[in-house]
Amino acid sequence: MTKYETVIGMEVHAELLTESKQFCGCANEPMAAPNTHVCPVCLGFPGSLPVLNGKSVDLSLRTVLAFGSKINTDCIFERKNYFYPDLPKAYQISQRLLPLGEGGFVEIEMPGEDGTTQLKRVGLHDVHMEEDTGKSQHGQELSDADSSLIDYNRSGVPLLEIVSSPDMRSVEEAESYMNTLRQMLLYLEVSDCKMEQGRLRFEASVSLRPHGQEEFGTRVEVKNLNSMKAVRDSLRAEIARQTQLLDSGATVTQQTMLWDEVSGTTQPMRSKEQAHDYRYFPEPDLVPLQIDEAWLARVRDSMPELPRVRRERFQSALGLSPYDAALLTTTRDIADYYEATLQSLDKADGAAKTVSNWVANELLGRLNAENKTVVESPVAPAQLGELVKLIGDGTISGKIAKEVFDAMFESGRDAKSIIEERGLTQMSDSGELEAICRRVIAANPKAVEDYKGGKEKSFGALVGGVMKETKGRANPALVNELLKKQLSQ
Amino acid sequence: MRLTPPEVDHIALLARLDLSPAERERAGAELSQILDHFEQLKELDTEGVEPTSHVLPVVNVLRHDEARPGLSREAALSNAPEQAGGMFQVPRVVEAE
Repeated sequence: MTKYETVIGMEVHAELLTESKQFCGCANEPMAAPNTHVCPVCLGFPGSLPVLNGKSVDLSLRTVLAFGSKINTDCIFERKNYFYPDLPKAYQISQRLLPLGEGGFVEIEMPGEDGTTQLKRVGLHDVHMEEDTGKSQHGQELSDADSSLIDYNRSGVPLLEIVSSPDMRSVEEAESYMNTLRQMLLYLEVSDCKMEQGRLRFEASVSLRPHGQEEFGTRVEVKNLNSMKAVRDSLRAEIARQTQLLDSGATVTQQTMLWDEVSGTTQPMRSKEQAHDYRYFPEPDLVPLQIDEAWLARVRDSMPELPRVRRERFQSALGLSPYDAALLTTTRDIADYYEATLQSLDKADGAAKTVSNWVANELLGRLNAENKTVVESPVAPAQLGELVKLIGDGTISGKIAKEVFDAMFESGRDAKSIIEERGLTQMSDSGELEAICRRVIAANPKAVEDYKGGKEKSFGALVGGVMKETKGRANPALVNELLKKQLSQ
Repeated sequence: MRLTPPEVDHIALLARLDLSPAERERAGAELSQILDHFEQLKELDTEGVEPTSHVLPVVNVLRHDEARPGLSREAALSNAPEQAGGMFQVPRVVEAE
């Protein structure tokens, strides 16, 4: 433990999952060929007028409701003025005085000292709507090193900025915050959160202060973080840099740093645009928003169950372990798949746990190996449900079921047809099995002798013999019973 | 209220205006006049009056979330002084490392 306490705040920009941009009808497809989704509005042509996208307000409201923020039902947009080539109007339409949401929190889980899980609330300063800027490319790869190239496809893409309070006290807390927030945004279907495409972006501000000191230290903003790993690594590097400065008696300068993944260091951002005086004022081209109770009710009705609530329900109502519940609620799609499978089974006893094992181990295992998501699963929930039912009623053994599942995964066919075609039905006919058991006993005098002499292990060899004879189809419980009966005779 | 020359310079910088000494003098005087006017407005009692951001009695002008074609790339770039690879080419904005 160092002499200093770490203080971290996060600014998160999430591009919203809409068809069109925030203020014009251009497609929200920033990754398309450069400048193919642009129009007079998002290129900032004189005389063009913005019109707000209703869907993006709905998605933003969904998010602030999930955070429990205070909603400014009368809110306005403002202009944030600055010159930069990726901002063609020379202002960004944003919100400052009356953001859509103020306050609220994100609840994160941290491991406590005694192995328990501690909940911690990371407070939010505000959540506001704005528009994304264009994308610029600079650098050595360009033929002309003195120029930058701009693509305006991203200009005007609906953006939600979520500003946290400086409530995080370690890199681990910051990571937990990011993961929790990302999971919430995915559940809410507000953003696809693809960090590698810049659909979700994090900026951290970090400062150090001696333990016990009230007052915050000087904070440094860290940008250019395009993965969770970049956030973690950059925070560690920046904390180390500030620790060294403070230890040597120097002071930390308030500035913006860029994370350089190659060198693993944070470097001061040098920009020709130093004059940060944004001169916000109400956007005259957009009339105010007035969000009434009916609008809020409509959005509330569209809200899904949030990850933590769902996880707790999986534990309390379905009896899953915390580990299984967490795994099955990793994404909304996995949780939906799991519940759909369970529903196809009419809530049979013990089904929750059995289905959990099948989804968590077999299905997710196979999907991960093939780099597929649960939505792309060749086995539909009802099909997996049928397989579990066939194990439950003794049609097939659990061992055979894995073989059947593999075949289902490869072909997309139903369990029943595979079982019939391959003759995999479990043998539960005691007459037939009795004869096989007798044959196996007769063929393995050594094992029988060892077993009778007290070597329990030899019994397994006999069971194995029966399984081999029946190609694994014998009902194991019945085999145990029959063998024991015959051996005691 | 008289704006100081450094204040005028700062405002000129924010607006990316390169003012000659004469222009700076004139802008300073004119901006000071505008500020004086606001000083006069401040004499009004606005206690209990909601801030007005818009004068139109209209709220919630919203658009359906439907994508429609915009400009072709050729049209979008047609007024660009310089372009390369389907992009607008501008003087480099971030200094080299």
